[in-house]
Amino acid sequence: MKTKLPIAIAFLSGLAMVAVFILNPEKVGDMEGELLQWTTVIGGFTLLLGVVSIVRVNWRPVVRRETGWLNNAALILSVAVMAIPSVLPVSWSPLFGTDGGSIYDWFFINLSAPMMATMFAMLAFYVASAAFRAFRARNAEATLLLVTATIVMLWRVPVGEGLFVAINPRLPNLINTYVMGGVNVAVQRGIIIGAALGAAATSLRIMLGIERTYMGKT
Amino acid sequence: MEILGLWLAGFFTLSLFSFLYKDNPFYGLAEHVFAGLSAGYEVGLVYHSVILQQLVDPISQHWVNATAGDHPGFHIMKIGFLLFAGALGVLMFTRFFPKASWISRYPLAFVMGNTAGIYLMSELHGRLIPQIAGTFVNLLNPLNLIIFFGVLTTLIYFYFSKEHTGLLGGTARVGIWFIMIAFGAHFGYTVMGRISLLIGQVQFILIDWLKLIKPG
Repeated sequence: MKTKLPIAIAFLSGLAMVAVFILNPEKVGDMEGELLQWTTVIGGFTLLLGVVSIVRVNWRPVVRRETGWLNNAALILSVAVMAIPSVLPVSWSPLFGTDGGSIYDWFFINLSAPMMATMFAMLAFYVASAAFRAFRARNAEATLLLVTATIVMLWRVPVGEGLFVAINPRLPNLINTYVMGGVNVAVQRGIIIGAALGAAATSLRIMLGIERTYMGKT
Repeated sequence: MEILGLWLAGFFTLSLFSFLYKDNPFYGLAEHVFAGLSAGYEVGLVYHSVILQQLVDPISQHWVNATAGDHPGFHIMKIGFLLFAGALGVLMFTRFFPKASWISRYPLAFVMGNTAGIYLMSELHGRLIPQIAGTFVNLLNPLNLIIFFGVLTTLIYFYFSKEHTGLLGGTARVGIWFIMIAFGAHFGYTVMGRISLLIGQVQFILIDWLKLIKPG
């Protein structure tokens, strides 16, 4: 009941999607759409579960006044100011809901978006630090990485592109064709083929009940 | 409200950047606020795009159709399906009760199995076969030949079931050269993307917020 039934559910729901793919759509109706809708609904509740969980985790330090509890309180407050107005009906006030001009929208534009951009921008410094370590031409492979990255970075800025054009007017086009559209595409394709095989194998393991770590301790 | 938004954005941007010096209370606050706002954003998104659009609205629409006498059996069945999906979603919350947490395996197993079924076919049919087919095209063209050898040697490099010696080792070595060039290109692109974001945030601080520089 606790283990076998979930495995059976996983097998049947997976098999249904495989059958929908293989069989004639006229014979199975809109079973695919129906099952996808179920998955979307459950996925939505799972996201809400995550939000409730993060609030619960941060609530405990606030109640116990543990070290850094003010930060935990700020997190709970942030969830509340963003979430509560978004679920209230727009008919009550234009400030509710998620449309333009709502509280939700204001917090997203003025806080979420700049903070997200800053978080990613900060990675520039860490990437630079990683580059310092990775770009030391210790062997042939590291040298290839260094040379290609330098060429691409130069190519993507006007001064670098101008430099390449001064050397040979066809150089930017050659980089685009043979580095980005040739070697890069080849390796991406190799990785995609490997990943697709891996994803298909893992999917089969889940459907057959071999892979069951998603159930936690059984 | 516009000025308040600008100052809050500026304050939290600087607070986040302060981590580059070292961990400090301002960064801690900004980090928690960011996490909280992201979680709150999810609530709004899920409530409108899933709970309302995928559950509540279809149920009410089917109910209207059923009460209007338009194939009531079909619409009642659809309502039943949707309520069942909603009930499965609610069962996820049993994870908060240790004694009943095993019940959440049912909806989870459904999602896992369903997703596995989709991926099994889409990965094979939608990615693997087209990628292989795209590799075997007109090998007399130098670009296609580079791609063919690149794919082959990359795959051989990632083949670990046999020791990389002899011909296999040599081919794997060519594979790592291809991989290094591609990773270098990717790295260059990533650096440029992050730098342009950094420039954008510095412009925001100096031009929009502090108005130290006039926009050109």
